[in-house]
Amino acid sequence: MSDSPGEHKHHGHSHGSGEDFTDPPSDIELRVKALESLLVEKGLADPDAIDAVIDTYETKVGPRNGAAVVARAWTEPGFRNWLLKDATAAIASLGYVGAQGEQMRVLENTDKVHNLVVCTLCSCYPWPVLGLPPVWYKSAPYRSRAVSDPRGIIEEFGTHVPETSEVRVWDSTSEMRYLVLPQQPEGTEGWSAEQLVNLVSRNSMIGVEVARSPEAIRSGE
Amino acid sequence: MTTNPSELLHGLPLIPQDSDGPVFQAPWQAAAFALAVRLSSDGHFTWKEWTEVFSTEIRSAQGGGETDFDNTYYLYWMNALEQLCEERSLVAHSDLRQRKEEWRQAYLNTPHGKPIELSAALTRGH
Repeated sequence: MSDSPGEHKHHGHSHGSGEDFTDPPSDIELRVKALESLLVEKGLADPDAIDAVIDTYETKVGPRNGAAVVARAWTEPGFRNWLLKDATAAIASLGYVGAQGEQMRVLENTDKVHNLVVCTLCSCYPWPVLGLPPVWYKSAPYRSRAVSDPRGIIEEFGTHVPETSEVRVWDSTSEMRYLVLPQQPEGTEGWSAEQLVNLVSRNSMIGVEVARSPEAIRSGE
Repeated sequence: MTTNPSELLHGLPLIPQDSDGPVFQAPWQAAAFALAVRLSSDGHFTWKEWTEVFSTEIRSAQGGGETDFDNTYYLYWMNALEQLCEERSLVAHSDLRQRKEEWRQAYLNTPHGKPIELSAALTRGH
């Protein structure tokens, strides 16, 4: 198997004690949880109704931030180098920062390497750049098969990774979030970042697909 | 949801949004937004009352020289919502403070990957 399990590492999530417990979220997130849980307990709010409102809007936490990062990397070699060297700082320079200051790492797809991101234990996800995770990302089949059969799961998304390419699987943690830098589609040389951003799908930044081709955009895919 | 989203946005001219509606930078912001929407549509306060309290909160923040709104909009939203809940005797500030610390402890007591339950706040010594 040419895939490299060496890149796959299980979560640490320890906080110095060596034990594997959960870091609390930011103060403001705890405030929201506190208010919501008290309102629900007092019968002043129905959790299903709150979820319904969130569902209405959650697609609005979209992957456009990540697409902007990728399009900029495609058009500015200096930014691309910075992004690959220190993704946390490069992404923060565009104003996309996680509430807990999670570290970001950007994984560059090449002719020889295809990267795939998963969170095997839960649903750690780079939401400052990709928004809320899709349902399948949180599903047990994806979380296990991304590790046991990454080529197979990528194939199910309609993407074929050539046998000559190595597939690397990256397991997200609460401290480290990954974003795939897909390859720039052929035939888009000289495009502006504003044009390119439409080619960058959420799935291409998780690694289950490649960036859209100009033809796919034209045919309204 | 009975309330029309576009009506909700009326009176909130500064809300981060695009042509399709409000834009959130993080899941908690959507939750904070949803709480205010639900409390209002359930009749605990009118949306107009909400926008007045929220606007006052924003004005006082701007008086403090605040200009970078994108990052702080929903922070002020929560400040205003907590205040209005106190005023309407829905949830007291002191209860909120205590509950916040219980949630913090629940996270610290929960193994990673397990759902966070508030009851975990009470289990000491893992």
